[in-house]
Amino acid sequence: MFEKILIANRGEIALRVIRTCKEMGIKTVAIYSTADADSLHVRFADEAVCIGPASSAESYLSIPKIMAAVEITNADAVHPGYGFLAENAEFAEICTEYGIKFIGPSANMIRKMGDKITAKETMIKANVPVIPGSANLLKNVAEAITNAKEVGYPIILKATAGGGGKGMRIVWKEEDVEENWNKAKAEAKASFGNDGIYMEKFIEEPRHIEIQVIGDQHGTVVHLSERDCSIQRRHQKLVEESPSPFMTRNLRKAMGEAAINAGKAIKYEGVGTVEFLVDKYKKFYFMEMNTRIQVEHTVTEEVIDRDLIKEQINVAAGHKLEGKNYIPQLHAIECRINAEDPFNDFRPNPGTITSFHSPKGHGVRVDTHVYAGYTVSPYYDSMIAKLICKAQTREECINKMRRALQEFIVEGIKTTVPFHLQLMDNEKFNKGDFNTGFLNDFELKED
Amino acid sequence: MKVTESKLKLPLVTIWNVVNNQNLENMTFKEIQELIKLVGKSNLSEFKITTEKVDISIRTDSYNKGGKVMMAPQMMAPAALSSAPTSPAPVAPTVAPAAKSEGEETENNFIQVKSPIVGTFYRSSSPDKPPYKKVGDKVAVGEVVCIVEAMKLFNEIESEVAGTIVQAVVEDASPIEYDQVLFLVDPS
Repeated sequence: MFEKILIANRGEIALRVIRTCKEMGIKTVAIYSTADADSLHVRFADEAVCIGPASSAESYLSIPKIMAAVEITNADAVHPGYGFLAENAEFAEICTEYGIKFIGPSANMIRKMGDKITAKETMIKANVPVIPGSANLLKNVAEAITNAKEVGYPIILKATAGGGGKGMRIVWKEEDVEENWNKAKAEAKASFGNDGIYMEKFIEEPRHIEIQVIGDQHGTVVHLSERDCSIQRRHQKLVEESPSPFMTRNLRKAMGEAAINAGKAIKYEGVGTVEFLVDKYKKFYFMEMNTRIQVEHTVTEEVIDRDLIKEQINVAAGHKLEGKNYIPQLHAIECRINAEDPFNDFRPNPGTITSFHSPKGHGVRVDTHVYAGYTVSPYYDSMIAKLICKAQTREECINKMRRALQEFIVEGIKTTVPFHLQLMDNEKFNKGDFNTGFLNDFELKED
Repeated sequence: MKVTESKLKLPLVTIWNVVNNQNLENMTFKEIQELIKLVGKSNLSEFKITTEKVDISIRTDSYNKGGKVMMAPQMMAPAALSSAPTSPAPVAPTVAPAAKSEGEETENNFIQVKSPIVGTFYRSSSPDKPPYKKVGDKVAVGEVVCIVEAMKLFNEIESEVAGTIVQAVVEDASPIEYDQVLFLVDPS
C-alpha cells in the first residue's frame, strides 16, 4: 500500500481524497495555489506545498511544479482527482517515468478513450453500440440518402467544423433530405467557412445515463450500475441520481455488460465511467468514456454503500477485485450547489461567504470545502458543495432533498439552492419524466 | 455590481467583497454611486482605494466629526485578488497590507526575496563552492542569489531588488515552496 499520496487537485475532491487516505492510514500531501491558502484541503492534509500563483496554468495544471512537490515530499503516488490533469496522458506518463504511481489508468488507456474517433472504433470492435452514422464526410445528396437508409430516420446532418448548434439539421424522412442538405451546407459555409457535412442517427428525447465501472490490474472489470445525469444546463450536469427512473432490470443488464466490454477492450485499470445516450425506445448508444473519478461518484457510493476512492486506491495498489457487479439498494440524488445566481442567467458569483449552515440529519451528506469566512475566488470552477440525499424510495429521497435544501443557508454569495428547490417541486421531475432537453423548457420563477 | 442589502450596519467584509469583485478601472457612474452609498451606510469615516489608473477617496460625515475610522486597502490590477487579506471575518477597521508578488516590504522596510518555484534550495552552485551571497553582501538587480533545484534541473534565482543581504531565511538544502521567503534585503 502507498505510504504517502500527493493530491494533485483542490476544493472538495482534494478534501474527499484526503479523508479516505486518513482512514486508510496513508499520509497526505496537499498542493495549493496562493489563492487557496485558506482552503480546507490545505488544513486537513499532513503536509502542504504552495506551488504557484492563482492562475491554474501556473499551479494546478503545471506538471513541473507538481512533480517538484512530489519530489520534495517523497510522495510515492499521485491522485489527480477530476478535471485539471486527471485525464492528461502526458502527466500519467511522467509520473510513471519517475516511479510515482498515478492513481488511475495508464497513459495509453487515457489516450485511447480521449480521442473520439479512436474511442468509437474501439467500441465498435468491442461490440458496444455506438451512435450510427457516416464514417466520413458525405460527398453529395445521394450519398446522404444511402447512408440515411442504413442508419434509419430520423437522422441529423452535422457540420464537421460545427458548434453551437449551427450547421445542424434534423431530417425525418427521405423526401426532406435534399432541402436540409442544402440548408445545412449553406449555414456551415457561412458560419465556419467549411461546408463539410457528416451524419448521425438523431437520438430522440435522449437521456444521459452513465455506468460506473472499475477495473483492476489483473483483467477484471465490474460495473456499479448507472447514474442518470440528464438534468443539464449547457452540457453542465446540475443534478444526478441513481437508480435512473428510466431504468429497467434488462436495460441495466445490457448497459452494464456493454460498459464492462468497453473497459475490457482497453484492459482498463481504475475507476471510470462509460456514458451513454438512451433514446425513448430504450436503445442505448456509447457517447464517451471518462477515465477518472467523477464529481457524481458520491451518488453511486450512497446506493451501493462503498467508498469509491478507497476502491480506486486499492486497485492502484494492485488489489484484486472480487468480480461482483453492484446494483443500487437505495435511491440517491445529488444537487450540485454552485456559486451562481440562478435568477441572472446563472452568472458566477464569487465572494466571501459570511455565514454557512449545511443541512444534516438522516440520509443527508454534504461534500464541501467551504465554510463561513471562506472566499470563493473567481479563478476556479463555481461548485462550492455537493448535497446528496438517500432514501428507500425516489419519492422519499426528493422529500428529503427538499427539506435539506430548505436548511441550506449560504450568505455573502448567491447560490443555486433556490433553483434546486424549484426543481424538487417540478411535476415532470417528480414523475421522472425528463431527458437532456428538460432544462430548456424549465422556467425559473422569480424569487 | 451587486450591492448586498442588509438591515444591519454593513460590515467591512461586504465592502471589501464588493471592491474585490469589481474591476475598478471600468466602474460606471452608477457603480460609483453604489459604492458611495455602501460606504455611507457603514461606520467608516474615510475610504480610499488606489490602483495604477484609478484613485477613489470617499469621506463621510463622521470624518469631520473626529474619531476617524479608516480603511485604505492598496490594490494592484485584478491579479491582486490572489493576495487578498487572508482573514476575511468581519473585524474592526484595519489597514489591509499591501501585497506584491516579489519584494514585499516588512515592518523594518526590508524586502523579502521569495521563490518563484517549488524545489530544493541551495546557497551555492555546488557543495564545494562558496555561497552566492552571504549576510552583509551587496546584491544588484539581476544577480544570482541562490539555486532552486527541481527534478534534477538547477534554476538560478535572480534578485529583483538591489541592496544588502540582511538575513538568509532558509537553510541550505531545504525543500521550499512557491512564494517562500529566501532572503531579506535592506534596500537603503
